[in-house]
Amino acid sequence: MSLATLTENYLESFSDFEARAAGHRLPWLKNLRGDAFARFCQIGFPTTHDEDWRFTNVSALAQTGFRLAPASPTQLSPEAIEPYRVPGAGVQLVFVDGRFAPELSRTAQLPDGVEAGSLAAKIESDPAELEPLLGRYFDSGRDAFSALNTAFLEDGAYIRVRKGIVVEEPICLLFVSSSAAPEANSLVPAAGAIMTHPRNLIVVGENAHAGFLEDYVSLGQDAAFCNSVTVLLAGDHSVATHSMIERENLRSFNVSTLRIQQGRASDVASHSVLLGGALVRNNVHPVLAGEGAECLINGLFVGGGKQHLDNYMLVEHASPRCASRQFYNGILDGHSSGVFHGRIIVQKDAQKTDSKQTNRNLLLSDDARIDTKPQLEIYADDVKCTHGATIGQIDAEALFYLRSRGISEADARKLLLVAFASECLDRMKPGPVRERIEKLIQTCLAQVALSVTSASSSGTGGVGYWEAAE
Amino acid sequence: MSLLEIRNLHAKVDNHEILKGVNLTVNAGEVHSIMGPNGSGKSTLAQVLARRDTYEVTAGEVLFNGKDLLAMKPEEAACEGLFMAFQYPVEIPGIGNAHFLRTAMNAVRRYRHQDEVDAIDFLPLYREKLKLLEMDEKLMSRSLNEGFSGGEKKRNEILQMALLEPKLAILDETDSGLDIDALRIVAQGVNAMRSPDRAIILVTHYQRLLDYIVPDFVDVLVEGRIVRSGGPELALELEDTGYGAMETKVMETAARGGEVRAR
Ligand SMILES: Nc1ncnc2c1ncn2[C@@H]1O[C@H](COP(=O)(O)OP(=O)(O)OP(=O)(O)O)[C@@H](O)[C@H]1O
Ligand SMILES: [Mg+2]
Repeated sequence: MSLATLTENYLESFSDFEARAAGHRLPWLKNLRGDAFARFCQIGFPTTHDEDWRFTNVSALAQTGFRLAPASPTQLSPEAIEPYRVPGAGVQLVFVDGRFAPELSRTAQLPDGVEAGSLAAKIESDPAELEPLLGRYFDSGRDAFSALNTAFLEDGAYIRVRKGIVVEEPICLLFVSSSAAPEANSLVPAAGAIMTHPRNLIVVGENAHAGFLEDYVSLGQDAAFCNSVTVLLAGDHSVATHSMIERENLRSFNVSTLRIQQGRASDVASHSVLLGGALVRNNVHPVLAGEGAECLINGLFVGGGKQHLDNYMLVEHASPRCASRQFYNGILDGHSSGVFHGRIIVQKDAQKTDSKQTNRNLLLSDDARIDTKPQLEIYADDVKCTHGATIGQIDAEALFYLRSRGISEADARKLLLVAFASECLDRMKPGPVRERIEKLIQTCLAQVALSVTSASSSGTGGVGYWEAAE
Repeated sequence: MSLLEIRNLHAKVDNHEILKGVNLTVNAGEVHSIMGPNGSGKSTLAQVLARRDTYEVTAGEVLFNGKDLLAMKPEEAACEGLFMAFQYPVEIPGIGNAHFLRTAMNAVRRYRHQDEVDAIDFLPLYREKLKLLEMDEKLMSRSLNEGFSGGEKKRNEILQMALLEPKLAILDETDSGLDIDALRIVAQGVNAMRSPDRAIILVTHYQRLLDYIVPDFVDVLVEGRIVRSGGPELALELEDTGYGAMETKVMETAARGGEVRAR
């Protein structure tokens, strides 16, 4: 597809959208969307010549003509999403093909001082509160995906936790891709696949505590493109945990961006777990704007088949005495590929910055690949920044030791893989979200262990096991 | 039928022949001590029996309980009742010791058609063994062997043996690195395992261990062959004369092109 037809495809979607979307009469919102779309047309999708996209080729995505989901959302039965509910979570917001589904959501247990619901509804009911927040903090000019998200900004979650409120139970956001019938066995999706651009705005007030989960799932086997942006504003002295699970089907494209703005002495943890998707890009971009803020970015990615899982971090230290930690563990099998690109910027005034970055990888097959790239840009002189990356295989000695005690080869591999992954789990606070993630990882790694074990004896392998694990 | 029957076993690693025709018979109820100079192939023999695949068996056969041991995977050999305590136990971060022990125990029990034990039933089982081995219970909640002292690792091996109840236990230098008290405790643990239907092979360099665990037979391995077998007094003789004399004997044997039958 030529660049012109490409943009034309989005242009058609955009003109429709612009005329009917929530808040289309609000001049500020119209401008925000219009400017972002113009920006998208101007810059286009990134290529591998772009430093931030060197290891990730999005041409398959760019060449697909996606369309927006129909205005009337797909009706799903509560049973269809039951398996995806998190036991023990209080509030659950469900989005079907990007649209808030109130009948599937649970907001009854909303604690005092907490607002959680649909962004589109908020745009209609209280745009004045959103106006100062939506355009700020998030630079939609950075790349095509950010621009597209802002151009198509409409629904997603709007969550506000008032000053001093402590929310015990996690607030869970479930993004369901309803794609139904399995089609022809092609990796390139048919034209007309659905795209969604969820936009979440989470405001955690001063000295408030809260935890959030974004869980991306697909019900069917169709390809879809999900391009989400979450802006998390963490007030002074607040404590926030954001977790995200990508477990869509193996034909999906998923680009997600988490933009965190941290106030003074705030403490934010971001956990991301990438298991599904064909091409996945997870951007985590905290700005430590207030003095003494702390940020933990913790990630695990498990790929097989032809999956491509890209983790991109941009950590901006903008104030003194802030600490950031990045820990990513990757497990790659088959022909899958992974990327860890950790960029740390320490601004001139950010003295006494303490930043640490670690990326550990296990490659389970000769055809799996990892690109790991630390990138430090330090403009202050009194800082401590360390980084390290390792790439290895399953330890043969350890495998033999376990087997010599009667444990089967597949079980022994699973134990070792889970041990490797548990480094990431151990950094999560105990609770319903961690339990959910732990379960998913156990199931997924059992499949990986089986596939690797049978591949090593039969000489084949490289199948996507993520869906088999479901 | 003997519990273990090794016939003319040859094995190599990286094209380097290490076992050059080992013959050895071990019956249930016996305790053997295999002694020999550094590099003579003792650990190689232990690892081959435990089915480590880095060693290539080029000739010979091994019957374990009448079954072809060399056709078994490591986990099958373990489930059939073979246990090897490692000369250098492996540290595995991220796998809890208690979880590992119960997983291993249940794998073996499943194979033997016994009921699996849950975490609650497992507790008194291992507590009893911990007491026997004078081990700190804290070791159970730590990662497998990670940061364990040399002595703690060796005791952890014996703990595994005690829980897995093998028919044949091969202890590869379990005494090395132990102080005298630890040695006594480990020996106590091993002696508690002695029984008419179980055999134990102790690989060691020192008479000291054999003062505590008196073997029925001493087998001397030199340059990949068992060159002599005898009673416990042979260990004392070795302590005096060293292996020098034996090595000469190997040369003679090799020159004759024959083999020295162990027993
Ligand atoms: N990968 C290898 N390549 C070549 N030689 C090897 C390899 N691994 C072991 N060896 C050699 O095999 C020989 C036997 O080693 P083994 O560990 O079995 O000896 P051992 O009798 O247990 O000695 P020790 O008393 O020191 O424990 C040694 O000479 C050792 O160097
Ligand atoms: Mg040895």
